[in-house]
Formats: sequence, structure tokens, C-alpha cells
Amino acid sequence: MSQPSGPQTALHAVLEISFDYTRSLGPTLGAFMTALADRRILGARASDGSVHAPPFEYDPVTAAPPEELVEVGPGGTVTSWSWLPAPQEGQPLDVPFGWALIKLDGADTAMLHAVDAGSAAAMRTGMRVRPRWSGRRGSGITDIECFEPGEPPASGTVSTAGTVSTADAATVAMLTMPITLSYEHTVSPGESSFLLALAEGRLIGQRCPACQKVYIPPRGACPVDGVPTQDEVQLPDTGIVTTFCVVNVPFHGQQVPVPYVAASVLLDGADIAFQHLILGCDPNEVKMGMRVKAVWKPREEWETSLRNIEYFEPAGGPDAPYESYAHHL
Amino acid sequence: MSDVAVIGFAQAPAERHSAATTNGVEMLVPIFHEVFAATGLTKDDIGFWCSGSSDYLAGRAFSFVSAVDAIGAFPPVMESHVEQDGAWALYEAWLKVLTGEAEIALAYGFGKASAGNLHRLLALQLDPYLLAPLWPDAVSVAALSARAGLDAGRWSEQDMAQVAARSWACARGNPRALPPVDAEASVEELLSRPYLAEPLREHDCAPVTDGAAVVILAAGDRARELCERPAWITGFEHRVDSAALGARDLSVCASAASAGQAAGARRAEVAELHAQFTHEEIIVRQALELGDDVVVNPSGGALTGNPMFAAGLARIGSAAAQIMSGRADVALGHAASGPALQQNLVCVMEGR
Repeated sequence: MSQPSGPQTALHAVLEISFDYTRSLGPTLGAFMTALADRRILGARASDGSVHAPPFEYDPVTAAPPEELVEVGPGGTVTSWSWLPAPQEGQPLDVPFGWALIKLDGADTAMLHAVDAGSAAAMRTGMRVRPRWSGRRGSGITDIECFEPGEPPASGTVSTAGTVSTADAATVAMLTMPITLSYEHTVSPGESSFLLALAEGRLIGQRCPACQKVYIPPRGACPVDGVPTQDEVQLPDTGIVTTFCVVNVPFHGQQVPVPYVAASVLLDGADIAFQHLILGCDPNEVKMGMRVKAVWKPREEWETSLRNIEYFEPAGGPDAPYESYAHHL
Repeated sequence: MSDVAVIGFAQAPAERHSAATTNGVEMLVPIFHEVFAATGLTKDDIGFWCSGSSDYLAGRAFSFVSAVDAIGAFPPVMESHVEQDGAWALYEAWLKVLTGEAEIALAYGFGKASAGNLHRLLALQLDPYLLAPLWPDAVSVAALSARAGLDAGRWSEQDMAQVAARSWACARGNPRALPPVDAEASVEELLSRPYLAEPLREHDCAPVTDGAAVVILAAGDRARELCERPAWITGFEHRVDSAALGARDLSVCASAASAGQAAGARRAEVAELHAQFTHEEIIVRQALELGDDVVVNPSGGALTGNPMFAAGLARIGSAAAQIMSGRADVALGHAASGPALQQNLVCVMEGR
């Protein structure tokens, strides 16, 4: 987290999230993507006789799967276009290009793709374009790197690094689309106080002005009353385990060797528990109501994070009676 | 079946870069207080809550659950969520009141679009096999629609600039709109500026906006008790067009036309249209068959403040406010969702 540049500036940090979506294609899109790997473009004939390219999975009128897939293109005509001066991450080209709706020869609907035309002046509605195939096969719609101005070769054979017959082409049945998104996250003023105090080894909660409950971390609004919590309360680094589980399952990114205990820790004076680790004892010794105390990282490693507390460990003394924390479960 | 009316509306000031978190709590708490103060209601009076927001936009899981803190939802309340504009949350709330499951219902929407790269992010609402892998940004997709209408002779770039100039002029009277960057710019001046994504210029595109909105519905006599002049809902319809961008004519909008016809759009004296691009206002206006005498977007519309997942709901709230204040007898609120006006919702309200 960045330090605030002024007293009113909340802490903020960039978070990048990514996930690979793996999707099965089904019979229609599978056939379409397999044909793309074979450098052919397919459309679907609809109940009204029109040809949709790319193909529909279900007829827009009858909702039936297509009975027939027919080859279209490879040449096409631009039916609408826009010009993008500053391409973004993941788009087909990294130089300025046109987005276009392209009606492939023999089709009645249009396909969205990029056109590498060099400049907006070279783009117009009605212009003829042909596909430029990418070096990859089986990547789905991006098997077409982009379209480029001009007619396709007259013979119908396509200019690529080589052609394969349908028989040789492996069936394309699955596609993976990696997605990466970046966000600038800001914390609330209450969370800011909480995190800045942690960097000094202190624990700060906030009290609801209506019900007097103390929340740590502060939540911005009391979930009971819906009013902002503003009064800050300093809390000790001791408390109890309300409930816990013993983690025996290894997973990607795990930082503590199994088995270990993840617990809800209720600090003395707080009305809401947060999750933390219980180490420093055998997992079998952890009990509900057990008193615990924080074990802090060395001071030079402190940052604006609850990870400054490495874990909680047994503090000794009698366990809290169940009735004292039953309403926190 | 009950008569149902809008009896309360509030919206957060539109901001280009809110300091709030993406879970919306800081933007929602003040407008809940505002709408409760105006109606004399408390949270305990609300029989059903429904929100519209998106985790993709918020960049965190279950952001709508964190937002529930703003309600004060303990003990638990009857609550639901749509991953759409709050206008669709209002539709769900309307059904709850209409069927007698709740007497008073509250819908809200929130979004902090400035946290990520909104126009890139919106590629993920497209067909995940044929479109999303190309990462078409939202402005480029809208530009294809703008070009289709220019080619078809349905509008000119001048018409589009006029929509922008009129919207910013109207927004001067709306303290919840974005502060204008250059409200005084003439149409000629706007047209001399460079393209963002030809044929769209900056003035053609709604600014990336953070914000929130809330609307309260009440049934029959309860509505009359709570509001001097409720905005009675006489038509509430939504429709969707094909997700295949190349399979429909992007210069018209069949789903808006169909929703408008079913909801009785032609009765409207004033209309708040959720046009996120200048040409979209022209498309929706034509689709709803609004005459030249209909006042469109007196608030300035989404072009002067477009908080994702709240702007459509705010259109309905702004239209209802025209009736509640006595300025109009029949008003229309419109919300859109998806690429190139794919999904359209129309809510027609009247004063009695």
C-alpha cells in the first residue's frame, strides 16, 4: 500500500487479478473453430435460408441447432467500421487499426474483427477485405490474426504458411482465454486508520454510535444500523478463539505447512472476530474459547498490513465460557 | 395486484475519481439517509431490498455483500441482487410489490468505474467465444453503431454534437451531474476536435463515472400516505437483442422499440434516456417514437454522469422526480445494458 500524500488521502494500491477461462465449444462452435484451424470459415444456414457467419448455436427464430454449416468467404465486405488510434492490451494488433463488421462472401450477417489498413483514410464502408491467418492453429477466432484490404487469391487457396486438410486437423473442442485485469483499490477512511496503526504495531477498531459495537477492522458502516462508524477504539493484541478449523488440505500458494489451524479470533473489547492463524501449539490443543495473544513479526518488517501479526499463540489462563462468545459465532 | 409508485429517489454526486471503496458503502450510506429523510421511512419499513452492481467492475468477490453493510442488514432482511444496472433491480422490486410480497421496496445501484479500465473491462460482457477474445473496447463497439447510422443517413456528426451540447447545458441545473469540463463549447468547436474512435469524439462518449442511486417503491394507499404526488408506474418492460453484433442493424434498436411499445412510451411528456453515447440518444428516441415536443434528458442524462450500474436507475428516479415535483404528468425512464444498446428497459410513470 502507498503512503497517503496528505491527511485526507486514503491508502491505495494496484491489484492485478488474472484467471484462465477454459471453455468447451460444443458441436457448432467446435466445427467452426476446427475449420478455422484448417483455414476455412463456416457459417450456419438459418430456418429462413439466410447464412450466419460466425454460425449461431441455436436458430434465432426456431431455436433449433443449425442443420447445415456452409463455407463462406474468405473474401468479405466491410459493413461498418471504426478506427482505433491507441490499441489496448489483448487486441488483435498493436498498431492503430480499424474495427470492422465484415460480411463474408456468401453470408448474410457480419463478423467482428480487426482490419490492418494502415490509416483511417484507407477504411470505408463497402471496402473489400481478406483474412490474414495467424501463425497459430486452434486458437479460435484469433486464428484469424486480422483482415487486410483486398480480394482473396482468385484460386480460393489461401495465402498462409501451409494448409492442412480437415482430416489432418485435430478437432478443436476446448479453448482457454486468459484474462488479466488491473484495479487501483482504495481503502475506506476507517480501514486507512486501521492499516496505518498496524504499521506502528497498534490495533484500531471503530465503535458504532448507535449500538456501541466495536468493529475491527472498521467496516465503514455498522451492518446492524447502517450508520458510519467513526469513534476509534484502540484494542489489545489478546483475545479468544471463537471457532476454528484444522487445515489438512495443501493448496497452491499455501504459506504454512499442514496441518495448521485457521481460526476466528475475537480481540478483547471487540464485537466482531477476524480470521487468523493459530500456531505455537499442536493443532489438537486448540479449543473454542481458548485465550490467545498475537505474535508480531520483527518491527523492521512492519507494513500497513494485518500480516504484521504473524500468528496468534496460546496465552494461557482459563478458557472463556461458551455463553460469553456464543453470539459471535 | 397493487398499484405501485415511485415515492423516493436519491443519487450520489457523479464523480470522475471517487475516493470511495469499490464496495459502494461510502457512496450508499449518505443517499440512503437522504431518501429516508425525504420519505420519513426507516430501514425497518423496507420489505424488500434489491441491488445492481458488478464484481468485475469492483475488482473483488461478493462486493454486493459488502455493500449490504450500508443497509444495516442485521437481523437479516429480504434482499436480492442483479449483476446489471440497478434499473433491473428496480424491476425485481416492482414485481415483489406488485405481487404483494412487499409493501415497500428499495432498489439501489452502485459502481466505481474509475477503479479499473472500464472500456477494456466491458469486452468481458461480450460473447466469450467469438468476440471477447479480441478484446473489443466499449467505445469501439459503440463507434460501429454510430457509423452504421451515419452510413444509413439516420444522423450526422453534427446531430451527435448537438446532443452533447444540449446535455451539458441541461446539466447546469443538476447539482448531481459531473462538473463540466467545457460546457460552453459550441457545436462547431466540438466538431473541430480529434476523434477518439472514429466516428466518435470525446463529447460523444459518457465520461467514466463513479456513483450510486436509490429508488423506493410503495404500493397503493401506502404510496399516497408517504408521498404527496407518487409517480405511479403504468408500464414497466424490458427486452433484449441478439448478442451477435453482426446479426442486427446497429443503427436501430428493436428491443428498445418493443419495450417502449409494450410500456406505452408514446404517452411520455418528458423522458430520461440512458444514452451512453450521443448517437444512442437518437436511436432510443426514434425507437420509443418520442415526438419533438418530448423533453429529453432535462437532468443532462448519462453523457454528463454515467455511474455504471446506477445510471439507468437514476434515469428512472430522475423521471419520477419530474412527476413527484409536479413538473410533468407522464414521464419515462429508460435504462440500457450490454454492448450497443443490446438490452433495454422502459418504465412509464404518471401523476394522478
